Amino acid sequence: MPNHAEPSSRLTPPINKSNLSVTELKEVARNLRRHVVKMIAAAGSGHPGGSLSAADIITALYFRVLRYDPHNAQWPDRDRFILSKGHAAPILYAALAESGYFPVEELLTLRKLDSRLQGHTDRNLTPGVEMSAGALGQGLSFSVGVALAAKLDRRDYRVYVLLSDGECDEGQTWEAALSAAHFKLDNLVAIVDCNRLQLSGWTRDIMNLEPFAQKWQAFGWHTIEIDGHDFDGILAALQECQNMKAKPTVVIAHTTKGKGVSFMENNVSFHGKAPTPEEAEKALKELG
Amino acid sequence: MAGISTRESYGKTLVELGKDNPNIIVLDADLSPSTMTHFFAKEFPDRFFDCGLEEQNMIGIAAGLAASGKTVFASTFAVFASCRCFDQVRMCLSQMGLNVKVVATHGGISVGEDGTSHQAIEDLALYCALPGLTVIVPADGIETAEAVKVAASTYGPFYIRLGRPKTPFVYPESYHFALGKAVTMRQGRDATVIAMGIMVAMALEASDVLARQGIDCRVINMHTLKPLDEEAVVKAASETGAIVVAEEHLAHGGLGSRIAQVVAREKPVPMGFVNLGDRYASSGKAEELLERYGLTAKDIEEGVRAVVKRKQDT
Repeated sequence: MPNHAEPSSRLTPPINKSNLSVTELKEVARNLRRHVVKMIAAAGSGHPGGSLSAADIITALYFRVLRYDPHNAQWPDRDRFILSKGHAAPILYAALAESGYFPVEELLTLRKLDSRLQGHTDRNLTPGVEMSAGALGQGLSFSVGVALAAKLDRRDYRVYVLLSDGECDEGQTWEAALSAAHFKLDNLVAIVDCNRLQLSGWTRDIMNLEPFAQKWQAFGWHTIEIDGHDFDGILAALQECQNMKAKPTVVIAHTTKGKGVSFMENNVSFHGKAPTPEEAEKALKELG
Repeated sequence: MAGISTRESYGKTLVELGKDNPNIIVLDADLSPSTMTHFFAKEFPDRFFDCGLEEQNMIGIAAGLAASGKTVFASTFAVFASCRCFDQVRMCLSQMGLNVKVVATHGGISVGEDGTSHQAIEDLALYCALPGLTVIVPADGIETAEAVKVAASTYGPFYIRLGRPKTPFVYPESYHFALGKAVTMRQGRDATVIAMGIMVAMALEASDVLARQGIDCRVINMHTLKPLDEEAVVKAASETGAIVVAEEHLAHGGLGSRIAQVVAREKPVPMGFVNLGDRYASSGKAEELLERYGLTAKDIEEGVRAVVKRKQDT
């Protein structure tokens, strides 16, 4: 079994962002949200709602928690971030670009012919992308495999996977949940971006997931519930899961779909619709 | 009949591979005593993971392990390895191109008594449809061992379909398997039977009978369905002028479809097809089913006589 060292004793990330304060993280997240709006507006299609809801979680991961080297994307000891909700690709691309994996200017090629930034993630095209996703429900299984590999190789990297709440309709997610607990994968953290909306409506109306936390607990997971827009809470949860032994952790992050842009917040029509140029302008003004 | 089941050969070969290569990981979905991965599980318990009855999850786990540098074998029955987890195979193996070998046992109707739910007769159409997959159906235990070794040492996703019953040996121990290269089992000038899996032994049997009737029949083992050895197909069409394809599969999307596409494009000649047509089989003993549903040496003989006649009529 690998030794789960305390964060302080872990390797220093080649790009050291671990000292960013919460105020600075908020600023990074604001910038990433601006990228998302601009990218999707330029593409003319995409999923702004689920990118904006995940912005703070992804910011905390890439700018405070994850160990990685943007100049060596395949570094074997890197922490893995796996985006299972592949439609939130824009927020991941924005974080990867701002972390140094590829030029920020490339973000505006999203969804265009010959771009490395596909509509949904493609691990063979984009530096830093671990998994091709887009067919929901598959990311947790993939992450179980990556976490098992860490155990087999006695490596101390950690595996973080971001799911959507709607994605938990998929039976495969629960197959994977069973197996992660069965294999005692304490190096695996699932974060569920619970923005309460899915493509055609409220999750409670489309397919009720409640009692959600109890389900994960019953499946053998250490379960933490947080406000997914509160950096102190996100960071505390991601710290807490490092102390778990023999159990995977799920962080149920309560979020607002479209967070940061008033007319997109809790608005199901912005699940999979690009803002018009006027709407994009308004959104950028709001984000500041 | 001298022979072993292809699944037994697989199970034993995995152990051999496991000794040489610590990077090999084996997954199963609660069928290891039947798929014969239990030999590996016993020898290398740390590198074997039973995923329970979670075939979709198993493919995802396999992909995650492969993305972390492992060579992964994932086994279950062919029905579940194809139909149950096709989207996972499409995303994780085909689109990501990862180093996972799906080795599926109990293919075809020769599974026997378990009936239609357990008879994989559409698996090859599904797997052959996916870009980047290598698809193999070995003819006997010796070819299975060779094919599994080649799969282990060749990067990329593979689908290998194996069978439940004992299969007669059609190769000597010294046989060397060449990926994507058809094997001419017997030369002939009047027609060619292109077969795979258990149909290869039947094709040889048929060609013996046909020889006595004055029909000189070539027999080709097309063990690799994808990528297809098109050169061997075109050569057979050019040199023998008639082709019969024999496969334990539905009529559409398998070996017959793939060969017909090449023949139509490169060298149109009369063709015949020995397969299950467009229907499911039923419960029964393997040999009873093969006879009832038209997959015997006799069916191949009839197919050859029919194409030879058509060739002569034109």
